[in-house]
Amino acid sequence: MNTYFIKRFIAMIITLWLIITGTFFLMHSVPGSPFNEERTTNEAIQKNLEAYYHLDEPLLVQYGNYLTALLHLDLGPSIKKSSQTVNEMLGRGFPVSFELGFYTLILAVISGITLGIIAALRHNGVIDYLSMSIAVLGISIPNFVMATFLIEQLAVNFPIFPVATWTSPKHMVLPTLALATGPMAIIARLTRTSMLEVLTQDYIRTAKAKGLSPVKIVFKHALRNALLPVVTVLGSLAASILTGTFVIEKIFAIPGMGKYFVDSINNRDFPVIMGTTVFYSAILILMLFLVDLAYGVLDPRIKLHKKEAK
Amino acid sequence: MELRKQEERNISPGVPDEWFVRKVQNQSEAEAVVRPSLSYWKDSWYRLLKNKLAMSGMAFLVLLALFAIFGPIISPHSVETQKLTLQNLPPSSEFWFGTDDLGRDVFTRTAYGARISLFVGLVAALIDFIIGVVYGGISGYKGGKTDNLMMRFVEILYGLPYLLVVILVMVVIGPGLTTIILALSITGWVGMARIVRGQVLQIKNYEFVLASKTFGTKTARIIRKNLLPNTMGPIIVQMTLTIPSAIFAEAFLSFIGLGIQAPHASWGVMANDGLSTILSGYWWRLFFPTLFISLTMFAFNVLGDGLQDALDPKLRR
Repeated sequence: MNTYFIKRFIAMIITLWLIITGTFFLMHSVPGSPFNEERTTNEAIQKNLEAYYHLDEPLLVQYGNYLTALLHLDLGPSIKKSSQTVNEMLGRGFPVSFELGFYTLILAVISGITLGIIAALRHNGVIDYLSMSIAVLGISIPNFVMATFLIEQLAVNFPIFPVATWTSPKHMVLPTLALATGPMAIIARLTRTSMLEVLTQDYIRTAKAKGLSPVKIVFKHALRNALLPVVTVLGSLAASILTGTFVIEKIFAIPGMGKYFVDSINNRDFPVIMGTTVFYSAILILMLFLVDLAYGVLDPRIKLHKKEAK
Repeated sequence: MELRKQEERNISPGVPDEWFVRKVQNQSEAEAVVRPSLSYWKDSWYRLLKNKLAMSGMAFLVLLALFAIFGPIISPHSVETQKLTLQNLPPSSEFWFGTDDLGRDVFTRTAYGARISLFVGLVAALIDFIIGVVYGGISGYKGGKTDNLMMRFVEILYGLPYLLVVILVMVVIGPGLTTIILALSITGWVGMARIVRGQVLQIKNYEFVLASKTFGTKTARIIRKNLLPNTMGPIIVQMTLTIPSAIFAEAFLSFIGLGIQAPHASWGVMANDGLSTILSGYWWRLFFPTLFISLTMFAFNVLGDGLQDALDPKLRR
């Protein structure tokens, strides 16, 4: 387990380093300096600006500087919003985005698993077809379409919920719902398939033969094993929720990280784009790593297999 | 004693022995197959035909393709012509889907958006197919160290957040149709490569491949003639499911302003424009593009599911 842990950890660091390097050189391959735009600045001022942001140094030195700064968890200054650093922006935006992402994940997991179990228990029945139709619809409707639909119905036509911002629990309902539909549908389908598979296993028959109540069979015996595939997709689901926050935060005017990211893209604020990308990637890679570890802990068969392989 | 014997012979009590008549059988025909044998593809096709949801998805996609090809032609209005006197008109016999804030015909623009979406989806899936099959095929067939190395690289790419990479590439090379496809292909092929590699790894150990090898068949021919046809099922399913995700990515990028640019129409761009007028009650500007995005993705998803069931009946539940 320990060697496996260390191996995965090293792989994680390498992936992260590759992302940082790739992002850095991609961003610096964009022609032109961020300062020569519409208004022509005095050449001396431009020189000073470039010197201030160390843009006049050779690329490799800049790369070295960036890496050293990153080691100190310093993501650098913003170019377009002077007097702000990327760290400050993330510090302000991340808690909001995290809240949105967290609620979304909780909602998606709970409702998805419930829908999946019900569908599996009523296999080929009306409820099964109904919930799976809902699931395919959920996968097919893009989150920004869902968001616009929810706004139109529940904020404009029937003004139950507020349209924008992130101030009270009531404000959080629509963005969370819009973002959760897709992941919920994926989880529901996955739970159903693996639940159906598990329900045909011998130990379920044994449990039935022992005369256990259906509730106990489902929750104590079947669900535990049926949920393993769901755990594996949590990492990639987190990724889709994360990219979903860009557009959801934009639509609902939520002051989160995604909004800063989209704004920085439109402003061509390269340090912010770079910093946010690195930060996002770090979170996602960490998520994938934790999911891998959790998988090993939850399914003892995997650990055994690893040991045998060595 | 006699009774016992009688009972033993008479297996089902109540049925007299005389009822059992030995069927006269021509020994030479004993092995003849009763049902005409169906090839794998025919069999799968019949299974798919029975799946109503998948077939309606397919029917919708055919209609959508016709709409994309002929829509802009049969429509009397052009995609880009702006008539400021005809702002925000509701759907009518003149403008079937209404007009937008610049007086452009929403029907024509939706049809044009269908072109863009289908084009992006199909081309992205084709590129994924080519790269994924070649990469996965080589990796799976070579095995050993080559496989290990190639799959390490794939694992790293697989860990990257797909849309984030696409956004980054779009920022660097600038928005546009070709850059969208390029950006989608950079990491898009990884899933296909993993599937092909897994299949090849399994099939290359089957006896018919060994037989082919003993006849001295060249590697390229083995991959082409023995391995690929047998991996086609999962590949087709993967392609069908790649298309909606590419269409989604294009709409997503266009929606946040990184995709198709102004005069051109894309469902994402139209949805974004429509959203800003949501309070004014111009529902048709938001309704048609979002309806088409959702229906298209739905159709591809159910078709992909149907194909998966049809091509791999073992997985069917």
